[in-house]
Amino acid sequence: MGRSLKKGPFVDQKLLYKIDQMTDSGKKKPIKTWSRRSMITPDFVGHTFLVHNGREHITVYVSENMVGHKLGEFSPTSIFKAHGGLGKK
Amino acid sequence: MARLLGVEIPNDKRIEASLLYIHGIGRTTSLKVLSEAGIDPNIRTGALSDEQIANITHVVQNGKILIEGDLRREQQGHLKRLAQIQCFRGIRHRKGLPCRGQRTKTNARTRKGGKKTVGAVK
Repeated sequence: MGRSLKKGPFVDQKLLYKIDQMTDSGKKKPIKTWSRRSMITPDFVGHTFLVHNGREHITVYVSENMVGHKLGEFSPTSIFKAHGGLGKK
Repeated sequence: MARLLGVEIPNDKRIEASLLYIHGIGRTTSLKVLSEAGIDPNIRTGALSDEQIANITHVVQNGKILIEGDLRREQQGHLKRLAQIQCFRGIRHRKGLPCRGQRTKTNARTRKGGKKTVGAVK
């Protein structure tokens, strides 16, 4: 079930703070974050994030049509390496 | 067979049921369209006058109801967007796997298609 619209999008306060600082300083440095649960809002656009996937930080450049998704959706937590087949021997 | 909104040609069913043959119109939309056009849903499709058919067409086109090709194109567009931004759902769609967190160790046969034996080949 989705989140109630009444509450608005959820963004971690810490992350918001980091973004505000980055915008104020005018610098374009990647923002390291563990907050996969944060919704991407319009102020995220144009920033680069390093989103943790449980092991390492994946670089995510936020573009306009990513708004409304969560950061975690862009940082896959599992990798599928094909099953063995006949050709493997 | 009556022709409505381009390609649809169902007949001798009640108009309420006939409209369901149009991709993008379900039972709810069908009843809504008919009540807006002022047509009894129990009339057989064949018994509709030209004017009534024009009425239905008018309601569907002005009511911003997406049907057939337009609807399919829009859905394609959604999938394309998901795939293009490299998000989880986009990747799952591309791989033909369920994208709403269902298990894939077993089941998930609707998305994955028929069974294919893998591994343990001598």
